[in-house]
Amino acid sequence: MLKSERKGESVTELLEVQKLSKVYPNGTRALSEVSFSVTPGEFAVIVGRSGAGKSTLMRCINRLAESTSGEVLLEGGSVTGLSNNDLRRARKKMGFVFQQFNLVKRISALQNVLCGRMVDMPVLTSCFRRFSKQERQVALECLERVGLGDKAAQRADTLSGGQQQRVAIARALAQRPSMILADEPVASLDPESAKVVMDTLRSLANEEGYAVLCNLHQVNLADRYADRILGIREGELVLDGKKGDLGSAEIESVYGAEAQEALR
Amino acid sequence: MSSKSPGLPKTGGSGSLRRALKFLGLVLIGAFLVQSMLAVQFSPVVFAQGLPDLVNLVGRMFPPSLEVVPDVALASLETLQMAVVGTIIAALLSVPLAFLAAQNIAPSAILYHVSRSIIIFTRAIPDLIFALIFVAAVGLGPFPGTLALAISSIGMLGKLYAEAIEEIDFGQVEALRSTGSHPLQTLAFGVVPQVTPAIIGMTLYRWDINIRNSVVLGLVGAGGIGFQLLTSMRLFQYPEVLTIIIFVFVIILAVERVSSSIRERLI
Repeated sequence: MLKSERKGESVTELLEVQKLSKVYPNGTRALSEVSFSVTPGEFAVIVGRSGAGKSTLMRCINRLAESTSGEVLLEGGSVTGLSNNDLRRARKKMGFVFQQFNLVKRISALQNVLCGRMVDMPVLTSCFRRFSKQERQVALECLERVGLGDKAAQRADTLSGGQQQRVAIARALAQRPSMILADEPVASLDPESAKVVMDTLRSLANEEGYAVLCNLHQVNLADRYADRILGIREGELVLDGKKGDLGSAEIESVYGAEAQEALR
Repeated sequence: MSSKSPGLPKTGGSGSLRRALKFLGLVLIGAFLVQSMLAVQFSPVVFAQGLPDLVNLVGRMFPPSLEVVPDVALASLETLQMAVVGTIIAALLSVPLAFLAAQNIAPSAILYHVSRSIIIFTRAIPDLIFALIFVAAVGLGPFPGTLALAISSIGMLGKLYAEAIEEIDFGQVEALRSTGSHPLQTLAFGVVPQVTPAIIGMTLYRWDINIRNSVVLGLVGAGGIGFQLLTSMRLFQYPEVLTIIIFVFVIILAVERVSSSIRERLI
């Protein structure tokens, strides 16, 4: 509906998703021709009930899951057609933040962040955890950026949930990405930690110019942080607009009957 | 989901047929058990009649021979070393096999089936048979025994390692993939740290088992304390047999202690 409004803008699109569909072998349609784009510096939030296809969309963008048809363009280049090394290069440009953090638990926070830089490292030496001074320096700076410079040597599984998610963000930043995909980044966190994580993500978009595409199932959080809200219901994009433009009727279209509950 | 719920389990005529078949199955199993006991000539009476001989045999073992202590100690060390070397070789061979044979990370279907087959094959053949073959091939002594332990351990270690790999939190693998890491880097960081404690624990457990097995392997001439046991038994040197049994007992207890303390420190 509001998609057409964005077409006229003269900003360069960082990420373009074109008619992306995913159909499971059993016939379930997870995504139906989803199209949208994201510009640098934009904090775009995808809302929708759990099971609506938000996660699948995110994972189809960086190809952790494969779409059935449609195309994903990053900085003008197709991601959907890539394989092996080219795909790895493309993934490097899209830092991915997971709901469950997915840190390597038995290594240090700093080594986890170094994982974000491995695409540019010699394969064998990095597998034996030999990292150059420069790489370690870059990783430390990324940890400092999320306020965890003092936790560098600590084992990842000894950190709190909120700290682990910030290490995960530092790992994404270490990739020197142009955008960040965050799949329910605060769903496993307490409200305090959630705020720190969301604040960090927003400042990455608004102050440092990363494009951030973030899945959330809570509308109130989306309302507080998003520049733009995309709504997904049953695999279809049913909402796309600037935050201020959205009324309760539009949000209801995403959530259906349970909208009022979700808003509370 | 808007689709209809799948059908309930079928009821009616087929239910009673199933029950009849189940009953028939139970009867057959029962009959087989009874027949088996007859076939093995299972008899409490015969056992009771043999008890005095057993007591007599144990009596003739006392006191344990002290003369053979140096020889038995040396043979014990050999047994221990066979188990260590055999287990390490097995672990070194099993780790790569397990990575190929774990369903969630197997790089190719062909390699998956080949490595699964190797694991199943080495599991299907008892270590005693491997020992007999290797004794025939390379002669008596600890070397064929060590080979037999190594090869027969692959079946268990490969299977257990692969299962440990299949149980990992796959999120960590996806995280590595999402950074654009090379498949080897993904393995080294997304998989290896998660399975290392399990692999070490299972390897220690197998070492423990291999100590026992190497005693048995000695009986077919594959070195170690088992070979000593065989010799003493053949010569009716029962006090020597008792010394050997005490040594076996002590080694097994000691190994259990060592492996459980290492395991504790890892967790």
